[in-house]
Amino acid sequence: MERKLMKGNEAVGEAAIAAGCRYFFGYPITPQNELPEYMARRLPEVGGTYLQAESEVSAINMVYGAAGAGARVMTSSSSPGISLKQEGLSYLAGAELPCVVVNMMRGGPGLGGIQPAQSDYFQATKGGGHGDYHLLVLAPAYVQELVDLVQEAFDLADKYRNPVMILGDGVLGQMMEPVAITKYIDPRDLPKKEWATTGASGRRPNLINSLYIDPVELAAHNRKLAAKYQRMCREEQRFQEYCLEDAETILVAYGVMARICRSVVDMARHSGLKWGLFRPISLYPFPGDALYDRAKEAGVRRVVTAELSCGQLIEDVRLALDGLVPTELLAYPGGLVPSPAEVFRQAKSERGALNGCSA
Amino acid sequence: MAVQHEKRVFGYPSSLTDAPFHYCPGCTHGIAHRLVAEAIDDLRLKEHTVGVASVGCSVFTYNYFNCDMQQASHGRAPAVATGIKRVSPETIVFTYQGDGDLASIGTAEIIHAAARGENITVIFINNTNFGMTGGQMAPTTLPGQKTTTTPLGRDVKKAGYPLRVCELLSALDGPAYLARVSLHSPKEVLRAKKAIRKAFETQVAGAGFSLVEVLSTCPTNWGLPPKKALEYLRDEVAKYYPLGEFRDGPREVEACSTR
Repeated sequence: MERKLMKGNEAVGEAAIAAGCRYFFGYPITPQNELPEYMARRLPEVGGTYLQAESEVSAINMVYGAAGAGARVMTSSSSPGISLKQEGLSYLAGAELPCVVVNMMRGGPGLGGIQPAQSDYFQATKGGGHGDYHLLVLAPAYVQELVDLVQEAFDLADKYRNPVMILGDGVLGQMMEPVAITKYIDPRDLPKKEWATTGASGRRPNLINSLYIDPVELAAHNRKLAAKYQRMCREEQRFQEYCLEDAETILVAYGVMARICRSVVDMARHSGLKWGLFRPISLYPFPGDALYDRAKEAGVRRVVTAELSCGQLIEDVRLALDGLVPTELLAYPGGLVPSPAEVFRQAKSERGALNGCSA
Repeated sequence: MAVQHEKRVFGYPSSLTDAPFHYCPGCTHGIAHRLVAEAIDDLRLKEHTVGVASVGCSVFTYNYFNCDMQQASHGRAPAVATGIKRVSPETIVFTYQGDGDLASIGTAEIIHAAARGENITVIFINNTNFGMTGGQMAPTTLPGQKTTTTPLGRDVKKAGYPLRVCELLSALDGPAYLARVSLHSPKEVLRAKKAIRKAFETQVAGAGFSLVEVLSTCPTNWGLPPKKALEYLRDEVAKYYPLGEFRDGPREVEACSTR
């Protein structure tokens, strides 16, 4: 298998093309610029279209039009730009349009900073825009996993007719790792979307819409969407565990923070401490069932959540555990990515953790 | 006995559904819908057309146009149309937007779709107010005109001056066809029909961005009976917004050297 050294952001682009995506609507923002730049260069080579929109707002609405026309389509941004896309994401979810949106997170609120962060967790997993909806959110920790999940994201988007978000961080977008892309899909081989607006030739007109002015109809639509999210919760919970068999302390972390915590677990094991790592890969649906099962093992004394934000992931951890074991928070906001040694030292001193306001 | 064959000389355009319009009595949206449908029928485009509905009184256009439709969020119809057109260049894509939608919240989208020369057709209904929400001031509200948010009349010193969309867009190289028409008399309706047809023909020819601004009445929010509303449209609105073609044919612009 041929492996190629690729930067995370560029690997996303190639993975999308491999998944049959031929349309990308972009807008510059640090730290994800390599992705639109890659697509601007690469898409014309495969008969696709890259278009730079006048704003993130326009980009996501171009995605809406393209998705409604039946194409596999992608846009990307980083935190402030993703905020601007929230209106469009609400409409995409309401109209049940499949697409893939990449957020290479940076610090906030406001302009925040340009260093890696995970502070868009709430926005990504709890809806973000107005109305009762969820994105399906996947959080890779390795560039190869990023490639695999981007490809799978297009299938999941089509399966559920729902936007899928790849939630990365500045580190993942900027780092280089060897990757292999084994499967290339020709978009012409993908199943035809009968609901798409392609011109009503020989059939009744199709409508892409999120407006249900009759409350009875809207309620039915909301319940249909809710049933879809419940199905996601049943079928799409993803996670990875490391050294959990006999663990007394469970670290919970995703993305780059999970990579750091893996080293922390190694350090702990080296000094005779029984620690393990639970890494959510799907953030919505949150893999809470599996986390609860691990935490209810006899030896588990505490669950420590480590995140590049001030107490967002820990809320889902607590919901999943429902008071089963004590929880602690290690918060690293603002782009200050900690070293494994720092996390180990802080996680060791019980209650010495940097507790967020909700702790 | 000789059978008399009747020749159909007038009927309902096949590009309109038979759903009854929700528009107020005397509103000219109905005429504008019909003109768009007739253009689509005349050019035999119905089976290749995708329309984009906007937000405002025309939010339900998807109930009336008998073709594939997408509903866009407020002001974003030109971006949605761009997405559709880039995926399916062979389809005919049009947006139907009011002045609150296009000239207020949607200024970025319309200016950049026009600047790109996006090969779409925009039908822009200008009735000088936000109709659906109860008659608030729009960017197009005339100086001195009363609305629910300019109860003493639009004071340009406080609320600024109206936007003339065709004039604004005619500063760009991108548009291939720009026209402003009015629906205040049968003669003007026929002119409007011609302009709308020309806009669609521009797109069929692949010439680029086309927009027809249609000056329309809003009897309910203007507080005028339908006939008086048509007179106001002729005497006041069409005076502030001159009628005519602002661009007729694409521009050729030479690229500069690549450094």
